[in-house]
Amino acid sequence: MSALFLILAAVALAGACAAMMLRGLVHCALALAVAFAGIGALYLNLGAQFLGLAQLLVYVGAIAVLIVFVILLTRGADSAPLSPAARPITGIVVATAVFGVLAWAVVHSGAIRSPEQPAPPVTVRQLGVDLMGGYVFPLEVMGLMLTVALIGAVIVAMKEKQGTQ
Amino acid sequence: MTPLAGCLLVSSMLFAIGLAGALTRRNTILVLVGIELMLNAANLNFVAFWRFGPHSGPSTGIIFGLFSIGVAAAEAAVGLALILAVYRHTKTTDLSQLNGRGQ
Repeated sequence: MSALFLILAAVALAGACAAMMLRGLVHCALALAVAFAGIGALYLNLGAQFLGLAQLLVYVGAIAVLIVFVILLTRGADSAPLSPAARPITGIVVATAVFGVLAWAVVHSGAIRSPEQPAPPVTVRQLGVDLMGGYVFPLEVMGLMLTVALIGAVIVAMKEKQGTQ
Repeated sequence: MTPLAGCLLVSSMLFAIGLAGALTRRNTILVLVGIELMLNAANLNFVAFWRFGPHSGPSTGIIFGLFSIGVAAAEAAVGLALILAVYRHTKTTDLSQLNGRGQ
């Protein structure tokens, strides 16, 4: 495990912690962008260049900005102080228990003791040929789903006219 | 520790952070942020197993990760639209105030 991997993982985890713990909502969104960028850099470090850049484009470029938009559009809710978390201890205990079980399973699993091997060679050309070849049906379903999600999001968020339900 | 175990530990830590946030925060937007972090942790697992595990083809893990990112993007768009719609009706994004409304 290289030092670069540890640094990138620390950046991603620190960003995620900050996104979940900071008080200001806009600060949370910016920390979330840092966490997403760190995860994208981890993909690059693991040799998945196309996926890393797609992560940067989709998450940092689109989803983080979308979250900032929604935070600003729901700005009026900030004036009332947020009610304190009802049971923060319960949530933290549950999350720690989940992490403990996952880490125990990872450390005690025999299947992960695989030897170091070179990254599988994947070019963008190969990815395109695969997406248009063997995976063309899932690709079309994904396109249809994104279209439906886009139209549905617009309809749900559209202002209702007076008198129409 | 093998690199695969390191990746899996990082991703389970990300998952736990997202879960803790989704369970403790009282703002609907931040709950959605926690869910996004959990989805990203799962995606990191796909890439880690593609890189270090046995695989049937050289690009299977990448393509699965791409589809996963697409589904997460659709989920975020619909979720944020729902938050906006609920905010228009109730003028709040506080979960404990929203809880019990709508009957």
